[in-house]
Amino acid sequence: MSQFISLLIGGLFLGAIYSLVALGFVTVFKATHVINFAQGSVLLLGAFVIGRTHGSLGFWGAVMLGIAAAALVALLIDAVLIRPVRRADLGTLAILTLGVDILLATELTREIGTDVLSVGAPWGSDVVEVAGIRVAESRVIAGGVAAVLVAAFAAVFKFTDWGIAMRSAAEDGETASLMGIRLNRVAAAAWAMAGALAAIGGLFLTSFPAAGVTGGVGLVALAAIPAVVLGGFDSPSGAVVGGLIIGVVSVLTAGYQDELSFLGRGLGSVAPYVVMLLVLLVRPNGLFGTKEVTRV
Amino acid sequence: MSRALVTAAVFVVLAALPIWLESFWLQTALFAMAAMIAAIGLSLLIGIAGQLSLAHAFFVAIGAYGYAYLAGEGVAPLLALLGAVLLAGLAGAAFSPIAGRVRGIYLGLASLGLVFLGQHILQNATGITGGYEGVAVEPFSLFGFSFSNTDPDTLVILGVPYGRLERLWYLGVVLVALAVWYGRNLVRSRPGRALATLRDSEVAAAVMGVDVVRYKAAAFTVSSMYAGLGGVLMALAFGRIVPESFGFVLSVDFLVMVVIGGAGSVGGAAAGALFVTALPLVLNHYSGSLPLLAEPGTGGVGASEFSRFIYGAAIVAVLLFARDGLAGLARRARKERVA
Repeated sequence: MSQFISLLIGGLFLGAIYSLVALGFVTVFKATHVINFAQGSVLLLGAFVIGRTHGSLGFWGAVMLGIAAAALVALLIDAVLIRPVRRADLGTLAILTLGVDILLATELTREIGTDVLSVGAPWGSDVVEVAGIRVAESRVIAGGVAAVLVAAFAAVFKFTDWGIAMRSAAEDGETASLMGIRLNRVAAAAWAMAGALAAIGGLFLTSFPAAGVTGGVGLVALAAIPAVVLGGFDSPSGAVVGGLIIGVVSVLTAGYQDELSFLGRGLGSVAPYVVMLLVLLVRPNGLFGTKEVTRV
Repeated sequence: MSRALVTAAVFVVLAALPIWLESFWLQTALFAMAAMIAAIGLSLLIGIAGQLSLAHAFFVAIGAYGYAYLAGEGVAPLLALLGAVLLAGLAGAAFSPIAGRVRGIYLGLASLGLVFLGQHILQNATGITGGYEGVAVEPFSLFGFSFSNTDPDTLVILGVPYGRLERLWYLGVVLVALAVWYGRNLVRSRPGRALATLRDSEVAAAVMGVDVVRYKAAAFTVSSMYAGLGGVLMALAFGRIVPESFGFVLSVDFLVMVVIGGAGSVGGAAAGALFVTALPLVLNHYSGSLPLLAEPGTGGVGASEFSRFIYGAAIVAVLLFARDGLAGLARRARKERVA
């Protein structure tokens, strides 16, 4: 039982990281109707910048720079590439971001090569132990940061002018635009925010117990996609819940790998996708997504 | 009349090519042909039926491993080929409860799950797939003529020894020709038009009497069968298949082929497949004589990276400037010439 509880808690903390990345996906989707496949490589970029500069700038300086770099690149992707074809259909835009992802990921993987960059986090490999449950300190911090960011996100969305602008742009872009809301600015802000969230997610995904920044981290970030689909693509709260579910599922299946050995090795990495397929079978729009209504 | 003449001339040239081509080019061409067949299937699914799929590599894998398993069990190669294609089709049909219900981008993302599930199965079902070590593929044979280096052991045509690659070339050409022919006809047939209506408006299609769920499932099944056939040819070209070859990267590759070629165009998909498959191989082949490219591991831009840069940029450029891909460009060029 205690193993179950400690896995469950470990899963929730991992899930909190996925939630952040997933929240970025949803924000971009709500503001600009783009499924952003480049999120993975933007995440890698953030982690990479932190890994490369923490020696000279100190950890906090490097984190700031990493977040800024990821936000800036995400913003540029939107402003330079997406804006000219804003009205294209979902599939086209998704594939466009896939192309950007290939470019960015190839360059970053080339830069990293076979190295494993440490992000130089001050919490190192410490482990917190409460009532017999051991969790990596970096994961606890990740959980705390994620909780704060999600709460801040919700508050901003709900109460500020900027949040209202964003919600109205998502609801009905044309009307919002007639009301004087500058859609391009909303889009830019959403993309920059998604980039920043990705960088923070990248920081925690690459610090202990993970080995460090490798070329494969971008692929790990793909696990945020089942989280988003699970939650429903247009629901921020769905993204958070989906992220937590994915975290718990992958940690549990990895933890009980021996008992589940009849399902094969390395189950932890596929379990999120299996859960996603099962949920879609029952609820084609995810758990919290808006049901598509067809009007004739 | 002149059209038939051109087609005949193309086939004569294709039939004669193995006499001159070296084994590297034959091998490259075989991979490209395998990719062409599978890409045509995906192009039909995306461009005609309007369903985005990232699971294409999964169905290609089913074709490849299906053939390897069946032929390995002693089933006659032709039956193994048909069985593998059927198997891929069945897998596509099995996915159709999801494909039929889930729309557009959700389908694309849901199908992403299949690729990872497929990788997991390939790595773990060691009895059939051999796990990460992969499995050897029985050579194809037809009426006692083997598409390998034996049986007949020596086959010399115009002084050129015809080995495995030369013989497979003909199989590839025939399969690609069949795939193109069937694809073109499908687009212009009644079901093809029904699918195109479905793509443009599900409501309109349903009103016109198109059974939406059934047609969607059928489109997915046909596209999976194309993938399966491509997989069989790919398995034959490799000679030994490993799970790694059928991962997420391959799925993205197929998507890229279709986008570059122009979704919905059969010829475009074939051209896109040729471009995406041959580019890294050819660059790699000539990397010694291309001053730009660095040796792998030296930190410079290597051949494989350079080709990924090119095709990443190609996707972006195509989507920004020529949304309908190579097929669209060709169409416009033809129009201008007429006008």
